[in-house]
Amino acid sequence: MAQISVTIGAVALIGFIVWWFFGKHQVASGTAKLQGETQSIAIKVLGGYTPEHVVLRRGVPAVLTFTRSDPSSCLDRVVFPDFGINQALPQGEPQAITIDTSKPGTYTWACGMDMFHGQLVIE
Amino acid sequence: MSIRTRFWVALVLSLPMLAQMVLMPFGIMMPGGEWLALGLTTVIMAVTAVPFWRSAWASFTKHHANMDTLVALGTAITYFYSLYAMATGRPVFFETAAVVVTFIMLGQVFEERMRDNASNAVAKLANLQAKDAGVVRDGRVVRVPIDQIVVGDRIRVLPGEKIAVDGVIVSGTTSIDESMVTGESLPVAKAAGDRVIGATINGTGTVDFTADKVGEDTMLAQIVAMVQNAQNSHAPIQKLTDKVADVFVPVVLIAAIATFWIWFVLVGAGVATSLIFAVSVVVIACPCALGLATPTALMVGTGRAARAGILIKNGEVLEAANGIDTVVFDKTGTITNGTPVVTDVIGDETAVVRLAAALEAASEHPLAAAVVAKAEALGLTVPPVADFAAVAGKGVTGTVAGHSAFVGSAKLASGAVPTALAAQATALQDAAKTVVYVGENGAVVGLIAIQDTAKATSQAAIQALHDRGLKTVMLTGDNERVASAIAKQVGIDQVIADVLPQDKAEAVQRLQASGKVAFVGDGINDAPALTTADLGIAMGSGTDIAIDAGGIVLVKNDLRDVATALALSQKTFGRIKLNLFWAFVYNVLGIPVAAGVFAALGVTLSPELAGLAMAASSLSVVTSSLLLNRTKLGVRRRVAA
Repeated sequence: MAQISVTIGAVALIGFIVWWFFGKHQVASGTAKLQGETQSIAIKVLGGYTPEHVVLRRGVPAVLTFTRSDPSSCLDRVVFPDFGINQALPQGEPQAITIDTSKPGTYTWACGMDMFHGQLVIE
Repeated sequence: MSIRTRFWVALVLSLPMLAQMVLMPFGIMMPGGEWLALGLTTVIMAVTAVPFWRSAWASFTKHHANMDTLVALGTAITYFYSLYAMATGRPVFFETAAVVVTFIMLGQVFEERMRDNASNAVAKLANLQAKDAGVVRDGRVVRVPIDQIVVGDRIRVLPGEKIAVDGVIVSGTTSIDESMVTGESLPVAKAAGDRVIGATINGTGTVDFTADKVGEDTMLAQIVAMVQNAQNSHAPIQKLTDKVADVFVPVVLIAAIATFWIWFVLVGAGVATSLIFAVSVVVIACPCALGLATPTALMVGTGRAARAGILIKNGEVLEAANGIDTVVFDKTGTITNGTPVVTDVIGDETAVVRLAAALEAASEHPLAAAVVAKAEALGLTVPPVADFAAVAGKGVTGTVAGHSAFVGSAKLASGAVPTALAAQATALQDAAKTVVYVGENGAVVGLIAIQDTAKATSQAAIQALHDRGLKTVMLTGDNERVASAIAKQVGIDQVIADVLPQDKAEAVQRLQASGKVAFVGDGINDAPALTTADLGIAMGSGTDIAIDAGGIVLVKNDLRDVATALALSQKTFGRIKLNLFWAFVYNVLGIPVAAGVFAALGVTLSPELAGLAMAASSLSVVTSSLLLNRTKLGVRRRVAA
């Protein structure tokens, strides 16, 4: 009896893991707000990035403010490989990162270990 | 709370339980037994493990899983199962939860420090900058902070002082230690008209220079930006790990569930045993080692290259530098100095050069500069010239000290050239030198041979490439004879001469048919070839266009750095592959062992050992990358005097 219920439980759990992690899920998306000559957006760093899909307007100087509340050392740096940015994110301190928006395109950013990703669209 | 504090709390509180684990086989029991373990572990969990649980939960709600997920599950399962076991009178595993989290924190403490080490090359470079400078204003020297210096400021540099920004010396002479920017170990002599680079250190002289590049335009700022870009770029090989990383943790979770099911249902082991195997699987898996393998090696490799005056632009370039089997060189300015110099003087050296320099001082011909430079080098006072005239296609004539004189072709002489001189002229021409005749009163009195000579380091540079088993090719717009003479002198394998600037890229393409090609050049006309080649190497003294087109920039302009750059790129890429190999092998072997696949052979891993292995694996990857700072790059060849 125990064997059967463990089997059912294991299969159900595996099914849930596959659906939860590999299924298609909505990602939090955000567009930077224009304030005079610049555009800015705040990004929360907790279990990943919120929003993790950021849209910027081309040609307008942009500032992304990352605030890490997650204690994990996995997220203690944010790296924009296309912009040569590798910024430490001390826990609880907002860090402003200036992005050059002169070239439109889709760029990615990641945590220091390349486990968490975010997407930046300049249009 | 910092990682270090969390580690120390966990370590101190788990020591009694570690002691218990060691002493248990001898029948010695701690006072308090399970209750003590419960108390200590609960504190450790609250201080050290709860942050993992919080991170893991936050990621989970965003459909992500990472290393924290594994640590959180491993510790939570053992802790809460032990609570249940204690309540129902079964054996408990509090110490497992405590020790696992302690070992993992130990790994993180070391890893944090080493990751900082790996990334500090840029900080070191940026710190080289001077804080302020003495600016000459209204005849007085005023200290001005570096960010307030503007282009055109006249800056006075005292002995031992740091040069603040880039510029050109207007007065004074000195020697400057440029090693921090170019990697060149010997101080360089500088006088009026010479360029100075910000962040380099002045020797014993006092000089004034005019600032022409400040802020982000300085060489140091550009090097810092380039290194930063390179260190954070992605190597193409990383795409593989990116794919693995996306599915890694969920797959490990599924493997752990399968492990529990196999042990409990198929083998018929108890809940506790099955659970321990499943927890070991969760704890031993190390996605971090995979994630750290490429970026840390890239960071250390490009940082070390930058310190040696070799700027590698990104990870793609590094990967391209692998498997290069032909190195193609541009001739002028790359293998040769790019400026013609007088190599031989036949006849009375002083008289011939003085006469020639008198005439050539008024000429604008490029070869004239070589003659004038020679006269300066010999310390001659050049007499004035009268009736100066340029004879198209033949040379120049004039009157020097009352006598008619000429420099140029033999046709300017009124009589025949003496046989001995004619023979010497032919010999010099065969050595690919340009020969000019110098005459007085209609008769030839001497010969001057001029050539764009090979750099002192070229031969050693080519030899170093041959030592690495590479084929060398010279590509030039010059004629076959001149090109072959230089090629022979420096030991180049193959010469492709008479190539028009626009055909250089095509020539590179043809060479690519038989293997991967690197191109080394410095001019605007080299840019297409630099881009076409699998790897473009630009000389730092080259034009901005060439530097933009190249994937590697040699700041020192030392051709021997071509071999060093290739060696360093290959070493770094080799290290990336080694790191990835170990990270994969570790996980591929570690997980089955932890799952108890080899239990029949008596080989099992407790969750504690799994935690230690996991901490060691990500540490070993970072250590292996840091060791790139110490690898040997082969013997650097000396320049024959």
